[in-house]
Amino acid sequence: MSANASFTRDREARVATLLLAGLAFLLVLLIAVPLWSLLSKSVQNSNGQFVGLANFARYISTPALVASLWNSIWVSSLVALIVVPLAFLYAYALTRSRMPGRGLFMAVAMTPLFAPSLLSAISLIYIFGNQGFLKSWLFGASIYGPVGIVLAEAVYCFPHALMIMVTALRLADGRLYEVAEALGTSKSRVFFTVTLPGARYGLISAIFVVFTLVITDFGIPKVIGGQFNVLATDAYKQIVGQQNFEMGAVVGLILLMPAIFAFFVDRQVQKKQVALLSARAVPYEPKPNGKRDFALLAFCLVIGGLLIGMLGMAIWASFIRYWPYNLTFTLNNYNFANFDPQGWGAYLTSLKMAGLTAIFGTTIVFFGAYLVEKTKPAPALRGFVHFLAMLPMAVPGLVLGLGYVFFVNAPWNPLGIFYGTLTVLVANTVAHFYTVAHITAVTQLKQIDAEFESVSASLKVPFWVTFRRVTVPISLPAVLDIAVYLFVNALTTVSAVIFLYGPGTKLASIAIVHMDEMGAVAAAAAMATCIVFTAMAVKLLHLALDRVVFARFQAWRKR
Amino acid sequence: MKQGWLAGVAMGLVLAMGWSSAADAQGRTRVTVYTALENDQLQPFKQAIEADVPDVEISWVRDSTGVITSRFLAEKENPRADVVLGLAATSLLLFEKMNLLEEYKPAGADALKPAYRDTSGPYTWTGMDAFLAVVCFNTAEAAKEKVSAPTSWMDLTKPEFKGKIVMPHPASSGTGYLKVAAWLQIMGEQAGWAYMDKLHENIAVYTHSGSAPCVQAAKGERMVGIGFDMRGAREKTQGAPIDLILPKEGAGWDMEATAIVKGTKNLAAAKKVADWVATKKANELYGRYYALVAHPDVKSAPPNYPADAEAKMAKNDFGWMAENRERILAEWTKRYDSKAAPR
Amino acid sequence: MPNHAAMTSEAPRAPERSFLSIRSLTKSFGPFQALKSIDLEIGEGEFVCFLGPSGCGKTTLLRAIAGLDRQTGGSIMLRGKDVSNAPPSQRDFGIVFQSYALFPNLTVADNVGYGLVNQKKPRDMIIARVSELLALVGLPDQASKYPAQLSGGQQQRVALARALATSPGLLLLDEPLSALDARVRLRLREEIRALQRRLGVTTIMVTHDQEEALSMAERIVVMNHGVIEQVGTPEEVYARPATAFVADFVGRMTFLSGVMEGATLVRVGDQALRVAEAPGFSAGQKVELGLRPEAVRLVEGAGENRLSMRITELEYLGSFVRATLEGEGASPLTLLADLPFNVMQDRAYAPGQAVIAELPASALRIFSART
Repeated sequence: MSANASFTRDREARVATLLLAGLAFLLVLLIAVPLWSLLSKSVQNSNGQFVGLANFARYISTPALVASLWNSIWVSSLVALIVVPLAFLYAYALTRSRMPGRGLFMAVAMTPLFAPSLLSAISLIYIFGNQGFLKSWLFGASIYGPVGIVLAEAVYCFPHALMIMVTALRLADGRLYEVAEALGTSKSRVFFTVTLPGARYGLISAIFVVFTLVITDFGIPKVIGGQFNVLATDAYKQIVGQQNFEMGAVVGLILLMPAIFAFFVDRQVQKKQVALLSARAVPYEPKPNGKRDFALLAFCLVIGGLLIGMLGMAIWASFIRYWPYNLTFTLNNYNFANFDPQGWGAYLTSLKMAGLTAIFGTTIVFFGAYLVEKTKPAPALRGFVHFLAMLPMAVPGLVLGLGYVFFVNAPWNPLGIFYGTLTVLVANTVAHFYTVAHITAVTQLKQIDAEFESVSASLKVPFWVTFRRVTVPISLPAVLDIAVYLFVNALTTVSAVIFLYGPGTKLASIAIVHMDEMGAVAAAAAMATCIVFTAMAVKLLHLALDRVVFARFQAWRKR
Repeated sequence: MKQGWLAGVAMGLVLAMGWSSAADAQGRTRVTVYTALENDQLQPFKQAIEADVPDVEISWVRDSTGVITSRFLAEKENPRADVVLGLAATSLLLFEKMNLLEEYKPAGADALKPAYRDTSGPYTWTGMDAFLAVVCFNTAEAAKEKVSAPTSWMDLTKPEFKGKIVMPHPASSGTGYLKVAAWLQIMGEQAGWAYMDKLHENIAVYTHSGSAPCVQAAKGERMVGIGFDMRGAREKTQGAPIDLILPKEGAGWDMEATAIVKGTKNLAAAKKVADWVATKKANELYGRYYALVAHPDVKSAPPNYPADAEAKMAKNDFGWMAENRERILAEWTKRYDSKAAPR
Repeated sequence: MPNHAAMTSEAPRAPERSFLSIRSLTKSFGPFQALKSIDLEIGEGEFVCFLGPSGCGKTTLLRAIAGLDRQTGGSIMLRGKDVSNAPPSQRDFGIVFQSYALFPNLTVADNVGYGLVNQKKPRDMIIARVSELLALVGLPDQASKYPAQLSGGQQQRVALARALATSPGLLLLDEPLSALDARVRLRLREEIRALQRRLGVTTIMVTHDQEEALSMAERIVVMNHGVIEQVGTPEEVYARPATAFVADFVGRMTFLSGVMEGATLVRVGDQALRVAEAPGFSAGQKVELGLRPEAVRLVEGAGENRLSMRITELEYLGSFVRATLEGEGASPLTLLADLPFNVMQDRAYAPGQAVIAELPASALRIFSART
């Protein structure tokens, strides 16, 4: 279109295009190139020669590997089917009821985020394992296998789904509900005609987020999967067990499929999504309703209790001398120098890494989502950036981490000076957790009136001023959510960084894996407990901050 | 706004670099060492090396054998390690085959037992200590179920062990492969596979980690863990009710070894570290953790270690192990891995 | 559709000085053509309404004028300057949306002053201008409130003040009243009109409400399916619709299908109706006759264009009553007739009653038959 090409006088469009190009370049560097570095190996032999689809042919002719594909798919679907409705109801209780202790329940639901995924698997072994005190509850079934994977993954994914649902439900137009009430619409009809459609985009996102989280996670199947093979453990076996990067890349490529599918579904859904929060919308404030609130409270108590129980189990274990034979209390497990040469150093490194990830990640993600969602120029570029942003969700940490090794450590790469440094760990972690943060930001931005940018343009106010003066202040709760999400994940991430840490940059989460492997499960639980409490403190700070933000700077939300 | 953002990024990069590149103030050469030594061994090893080789500072990158081997191979275009120390010899053989190791024979290498020396082609690696496959047997759980202790590999195929044995998955774990390769060498290929067919009936789970079987046995999660000696000994020392059994047919073993990485920028310092590895003093340090060490004059007996281990070491041809690895794993996967049903 | 050309000839008060000039403007969304070669001139100080059903392209045209959505082809001249490719910030307009698009986190004063702050005007000047504008829109004491604390009508006044703050040469209103309740809508209609007259700012308003367009605009641009059907004053558009679509969309009109019999005679069913003029139509051609309900008169005695009919329904609409009339014979006609209230009271018409309806030749509009 010539009209666009000759469009040279528009400084704003040029700035937006430039920023988008910069963002695209950054994401290519952070996500696409590392991924390509590993996946290109899927069509090579071990000497780096091109062999076409020979590796894929070998994959398909290996029945055990194909069985893993099927296992991965049904387990991931099952977890999504279990988790998303639960998360929706829980989020509904948090945002649409006057149930007491909503803040507390939010914090409780976030607890699985506060520890590495394998902690829930460790706790499950303590509870339902062959020595577990509730072993009989499984009626003879073994926790090692699909049962354990589904349970542990459900716990692990719950907060991820919940975050999306809460964001989707938080900003609702109160008038819609008043209208419905005035029309004498029954509660269930309001739910199906107003609440559910409003959260539809979030629901679909949540399903795909959970599905891909499960299909790409290897920590849980590794610890509790027993003989039940899934794609992620296959990738681990190929890469770590046999140093067969080529077959690992094949499995990695197969793991990418659901993400690409998710991306196209997401695009379709997005087209139908319209802004829910215009200036004339009135924030929804639920009215007390004893019966509803009591039922939701009971539900949240059960779910929250389960989540706390999982965590409590691990914390208790961290104070035990030798489970299950010597249950005396000890603090020795917290003297990390006995188990790991870095001692508490790994913990401090993790704090630094998480802090930097939160700061840079949130800035890049939110501003990037704004550029994608709210600016007009270069639609192809915006689509490309959005695609890159959706990609990491599907990439197993192990695959991304190895991709970073191949890319950053390539002899020709000037970025090699960062190898093994905190910079690479931060970059990798931002990339690894980009998608959920991006979805949160986009969901938030979609709920802001699309005409704000048009009005600004008419007033000759550039979009970056409106971003600063209006968009960010309106979105502060979501921005804080993203920052905390990134911080906590950076504290707990394992699989992506296990190949990347260097001398002096070993992280607490890696120390946990090492201690667990050497049998110091209690010390691993102790380190995990430290991480959990740190993350919880950050979350409490977040809640306090949220309250201040709402009370002082967001007076406009109250009618 | 924009400018502030960019400045923030720049500042962050500078900070991150500052944190990571804290230079050594004392002018010592920092040697990056990739290792699979146990976590608790790293500090004593570092202190010992730095005491004996004063102008060297050891900087560890430690992970499990599989991870550190993968990482080393992933970095082969641009190696980051100067020295590999305390990694399974099978991994080092793989590196040697790919021409990733520097040819160097440490000063005292000739004084070591012959099995611990590189004998094929250019001299690249030097053995430090050996570890054996053992059966970790939980006596507390056995007493509950009135099962008597096995004394041989064959005993493990008895029906009373059905669903009670764990061993490492050979495709996930180097020690898992070690055991499979040992059975095939001890019993011969045909009998070896026949044995594993029967053993498979009793296996509860093939674990992804080589350490896990003895840990699970120690915690009573399983009755029998086919693991390796020092992990079992360690659990026992901590109070686990387990016995370490060396089956009478003999046990597979591997050794931990050291080599200099080809292309290292700190070759002189790396050579000094390699020299240290072959000293008697270093071997005395190994002896605190391992029963079998390279130096003939060092006698060691770590606590709770099975007796007469050296006698139980089966014949083990590392070259054969490396050459046949792919074939054996493919066969193993075909026979046992597709049976995905958990037990 | 015939008669695009009619619009220029039909505009008697053609703008003396063209303020906004649109030539051959097109806009496509993929295969869909939202605007098909639009030509339009708007004079300085004019109040113009774009009127049409939803999807007719009126908002697309407005957004193209604003530069918010770029056209596919054609040109836009503003004060003789080609702005076809200029970004919105260089086009000198203020805009008000149906959704108000007020920044919810800023006070009313900050919203109104939003564009002024960016112009780096001195603080006290901004404050003075903001209170002037708030007084102008009748909200002098709401400066420190947040949008959510105001009623819909008040919010739209704030949006109007914000759009006017930078004294733009062009004011664009995109269905500004559609979200408001009727009473507020009526009041705001007058206020906007009065404000526009006072400030003399050239204004384009998009609306789908013909009553709104008729009561506010100096000229109406009626659009359908991406083309302009007619441009004219409210009177012209109402009394002399250029096309059947305009006649149907603006005000009520009864359509009767017929065939030309002579130069000014049309056969409708078994009746022959005289029309005042039928330029360009020839005998045998299928046509449609349009008649406003208020043009129908109930009379006594037979005559030209007088039909015997029966009242089938009466609908009370305040100042008048709308009667549905049905003719006799094999293919009876159906007509709407608006009867002034006083006439109703005098004659006491009731459903079922037989009447004679006169269809004045001067009030019958003739259109080519719609396919």
